[in-house]
Amino acid sequence: MYKNGKVWNVSSALLNVNDLRIYYYTLTGVVRGVDGVSFQLQDGEVLGIAGESGCGKSTLGYGLLGLIPPPGRIAGGSVVLDGIDITKLKPAELRKVRWAKVSMVFQGAMNALNPVYTVGHQLAEPLVIHKGMSVKEALEVAGEMLKRVGLGPEVLGRYPHELSGGMKQRVMIAMALLLKPRLVIADEPTTALDVVIQAQIMNLFKEIKQRERNAMIFITHDLSLIAEVADKTAIMYAGKMVELGPSDNVFNNPAHPYTQGLLRSIPRLRGKEKITWIPGVPPDLRAPPPGCRFHPRCPYAMDVCRSEEPPTVEVEKGHTVSCWLYAKR
Amino acid sequence: MSSKLIMEKVFKYFPLRRSLVEILTFRPPRYVRAVDGVSFTVDEGEIFCLAGESGCGKTTTGRLIVRLLEFTGGRALYRPRKEILSEIPPQYIVEKEYVDLTAKLPRQVDKLLRRDVQIVFQDPYGSLNPRMRIYDILKEPLDIHGVGASEDEKREKVFKALEEVKLTPPEEFAERYPHMLSGGQRQRIGIARALILEPSLVVADEPVSMLDVSVRAEILQLMMDLKATRNLTYVFITHDLAVAAYICNRIGIMYLGTIVEKGPIDLIVNNPQHPYAKALIAAVPEPDPRNRFKIREVPIKGEIPSAANIPPGCRFHPRCPYAMDICKKEPPPEIEIEKGHTVSCWLYAKR
Repeated sequence: MYKNGKVWNVSSALLNVNDLRIYYYTLTGVVRGVDGVSFQLQDGEVLGIAGESGCGKSTLGYGLLGLIPPPGRIAGGSVVLDGIDITKLKPAELRKVRWAKVSMVFQGAMNALNPVYTVGHQLAEPLVIHKGMSVKEALEVAGEMLKRVGLGPEVLGRYPHELSGGMKQRVMIAMALLLKPRLVIADEPTTALDVVIQAQIMNLFKEIKQRERNAMIFITHDLSLIAEVADKTAIMYAGKMVELGPSDNVFNNPAHPYTQGLLRSIPRLRGKEKITWIPGVPPDLRAPPPGCRFHPRCPYAMDVCRSEEPPTVEVEKGHTVSCWLYAKR
Repeated sequence: MSSKLIMEKVFKYFPLRRSLVEILTFRPPRYVRAVDGVSFTVDEGEIFCLAGESGCGKTTTGRLIVRLLEFTGGRALYRPRKEILSEIPPQYIVEKEYVDLTAKLPRQVDKLLRRDVQIVFQDPYGSLNPRMRIYDILKEPLDIHGVGASEDEKREKVFKALEEVKLTPPEEFAERYPHMLSGGQRQRIGIARALILEPSLVVADEPVSMLDVSVRAEILQLMMDLKATRNLTYVFITHDLAVAAYICNRIGIMYLGTIVEKGPIDLIVNNPQHPYAKALIAAVPEPDPRNRFKIREVPIKGEIPSAANIPPGCRFHPRCPYAMDICKKEPPPEIEIEKGHTVSCWLYAKR
């Protein structure tokens, strides 16, 4: 079935991203949105990916679904999901994998639903197409799924404009879970929502994690939200993954100066320690600085940082960082 | 009295468009009651925060203070700085040193007040004219208000303002257009523009919510530094209680056009009383990975109703886990829990 993408040396990981490069070929130059990102995800694991706007975290998420908008293109590397390299699939083959094995909760639930179809119609569609169900069966399954995200079956007959923001986001989550994919990617799923609704949606994600046991990638700029759900945390900066490790280690013992800076810049509700910031601005990804991309903003920058790309070093078990400070020379 | 601003039961209703049938059948006009009897005071030199979910009326309240919107009712006493006050004709001055912002003020007084009360907008991408150079953006208020005798003097003021918000060298930034700046730099232009007329009260409407976390702290620090050097008073509007806890002295938590709880920030964060305030504070995520093993208790259900259709009695009762019969009938009284900390809730009323 997946002739083009079959990979024979299947590793135990559910998702194996290796040296993925996604470039946007614009008129003013090549924007290296994602530039050599590698990581693995086990079944049932939740990975949080954080970074500033423009760091490539959303591009990475879209890349995993093979949904890069033009002029973007996967320029190299591989994304092996459940033994299939999705970067090598033809569009028709990719459509079979997408949503069945990997699905997405899109950014901005407000606009991600089609306003002219009922919720039921939109939820039934993937079941009819992927599973060949009749519309009646599909609506039944869809109603069941709505119940699992805390909505009543009457929502099936409603149009998106009749739902509140939080309800729309629940519909989006139900949609992502419909085909029981092994991996769900959530791209800023709570950005447009109020805090109380955000907390309710985060609770829903926690319940889903407990109950469905699928792997999840949670993309957000808000490290606090990552701490709410993620077992592992990855920090991206200027198209690179600069730190990756178990959430406890990354939050309590951050290694990369960028991660340290980010964590120190979050105001806390209680506790009056002074927050600090990271001076400067992220680089233009058309012409990133040579060496370590963070060096112009890094308080510990050394000569080698300015000329050579840092190696990825394991500082603790499963906790890696790309920084010269930790390289043994 | 050292209050900079005294809001006494202020209102702002926006009329809804009526259909022809509604007009012909003499149905009474309906209103969105965006701000519905809000009272608070802001002391000289403090940072007063208005917080709440979207649609709670916090931005409308801010815009009323700057008089980008006209009050529907109530009384809002504002004390201008001395130089401004001395120029205001005495018939518009109430209680010796205040001006009532809800009164009809002549253009001349209006203009004076606009110099003294300024606003920083939420969206640094939308609030700067993309066709104007930074220099022109900052010079415009000076031209309008006739500040600075000569072009040289204005130029000097613009450069000084840029330096104050740490955009150096100012000569270079002045020549740029907004699209050439990052979000954080743009927001600093927004702050410089608000401060160039040397106001004494600044309304900051979600000034950091559109910025990346890494630069948020820098803007907050800048605002606090400027407050100290220029003796400013801020009304800080935010939905982010962690930001509010970091920057402000006192807070008013708004729900559907009213303030449900107000007081010193520490008292409210550590000891919230109103069921809504409790839920709001419980919902704030914190960067502690241990949280992933527990479900956050957010007892309130549903979402904020439309301000065109406000529930009777306590407007929070449909979402309140403790709603009693009386909550459905009568609006709750305002009760002082401890000094300076008040809550509007029937749970605390002695009957």
